[in-house]
Amino acid sequence: MTARSTAVPAIRVQGLEKSYGTLKVLRGVDFDVAPGTVFALLGSNGSGKTTSVRILATLLKPDAGTAVVNGFDVATQPARVRESFSLTGQFSAVDDILSGRENLVLIARLLHLDDPGSIADDLLDRFSLTDAGGRKVSTYSGGMRRRLDIAMSLVGNPPVIFLDEPTTGLDPEGRIEVWQTVKELAGHGATVLLTTQYLDEAEQLADRIAILHQGRIIANGSLSELRQLLPPATVEYVEKQPTLEEIFLAVIGGDDETATITNT
Amino acid sequence: MTPYFFGDTVVLTGRSLRHVTRSMDTIITTVITPVAMMLMFVFVFGGAIDTGTTSYVNYMLPGILLITVASGISYTAYRLFVDMKSGIFERFQSMPIARSGVLWAHVLTSMVANLLSLAIVVGVALLMGFRSGAGVPAWMAISGILFLFTLALTWIAVIPGLSAASVEGAGAFAYPLIFLPFISSAFVPTRTMPGPVRAFAEHQPVTSIVDTIRRLLAQQPVGGEVWTALAWCVGILVAAYVFAMAAYRRKIA
Repeated sequence: MTARSTAVPAIRVQGLEKSYGTLKVLRGVDFDVAPGTVFALLGSNGSGKTTSVRILATLLKPDAGTAVVNGFDVATQPARVRESFSLTGQFSAVDDILSGRENLVLIARLLHLDDPGSIADDLLDRFSLTDAGGRKVSTYSGGMRRRLDIAMSLVGNPPVIFLDEPTTGLDPEGRIEVWQTVKELAGHGATVLLTTQYLDEAEQLADRIAILHQGRIIANGSLSELRQLLPPATVEYVEKQPTLEEIFLAVIGGDDETATITNT
Repeated sequence: MTPYFFGDTVVLTGRSLRHVTRSMDTIITTVITPVAMMLMFVFVFGGAIDTGTTSYVNYMLPGILLITVASGISYTAYRLFVDMKSGIFERFQSMPIARSGVLWAHVLTSMVANLLSLAIVVGVALLMGFRSGAGVPAWMAISGILFLFTLALTWIAVIPGLSAASVEGAGAFAYPLIFLPFISSAFVPTRTMPGPVRAFAEHQPVTSIVDTIRRLLAQQPVGGEVWTALAWCVGILVAAYVFAMAAYRRKIA
């Protein structure tokens, strides 16, 4: 998976347009994501982030434009596209009535993988859910649900991972857990497309950041490239945020593991 | 259809069947309404209703069975609605699986859950004095008709399950279906009803289905009524399936 030539983008989006009735959500979106990198689609609510991801995930058809994932066109080869990616949607798409382990086994069986049980156990261990693995998911905390949700997306090691606002609605500890996971994914060579409305999240995780505003990409580059575009005031604001977070985590006494993550 | 259609459907059906077995209260609440009605009609109203020579519990059981199915399918819609809302439906749709298997799993689960409910209601009816000398072929015919009726109503339930905006909306469609047997031959002979009501009662699906099952239980010849009953079931099934698939296509790309 890591041997793929960097010349071919893992995700290529060109001229994507989508309207709901008279409301134009996407007005010509273009971007490329290089294999093995983390790409953040940054934008406020209603900017078209989720619509873009749904089109890439073959859940929605665009009105115009093309989208190619892992070399397969979403319009003409949707089945091959679905073999190439996994989606973690905006809301934790987990089965509340099943246990965490059963959720993972279910996904592994649907992907026709050998030995679903040990795949599930490995992922439970990797996401620190081994103790909770036998419990019904309805008893999980928000952060645990999100971890399980992401773990379910990693069954079968898809080369491309879509994360749609993975930390929305999570508390600071849960957010740090998810950040750590995304960093690990990138470290293992997966291509990650992440949408977020948080500047600091894009800053922490992404190799490249595209700003989606009113259905168009208005800026696209690495963090240092984008910094030159941003007014200094915004940069100050971003620098203040982690301080409050550190105070919060120190006051509530986060464990050592999370503390080291904050400092990295 | 992908080569994994059956395998994927089996896995997904196993998943939604766990929803039934882990919340048996859905089966209990499904059978409470028909059982309560059965008690009311047999022990309160039944004495005042002239059904000829048959005992009243025998007379009204077919209608009660249809009410059982009508109340059971509101959970079919509910389970599908929850899957839509929680996002797990989209997760399945975004995976390399047989996509329609997600819907078929809910349909098969609905069939099993309703079969359980029907078995419980028949069991209660037996305790209340229901008796039939019907042989194996007659029971197989009754099972076949109930199977078709459940399948037809299940596909009706798929429509609100996919498209409802709220939980209440997803379940509310079942109430008219539960009510329909009251304006039929299910509890009182239609000849006692005033003209227009009687005309409606005699030409709606429940009457032909109830009459057919009743005659099979009483070991009487079913006559042409069975064809009317089957035509209604198949007609509703086809229409519901078409609308359900249209709702399904609106939901997925």
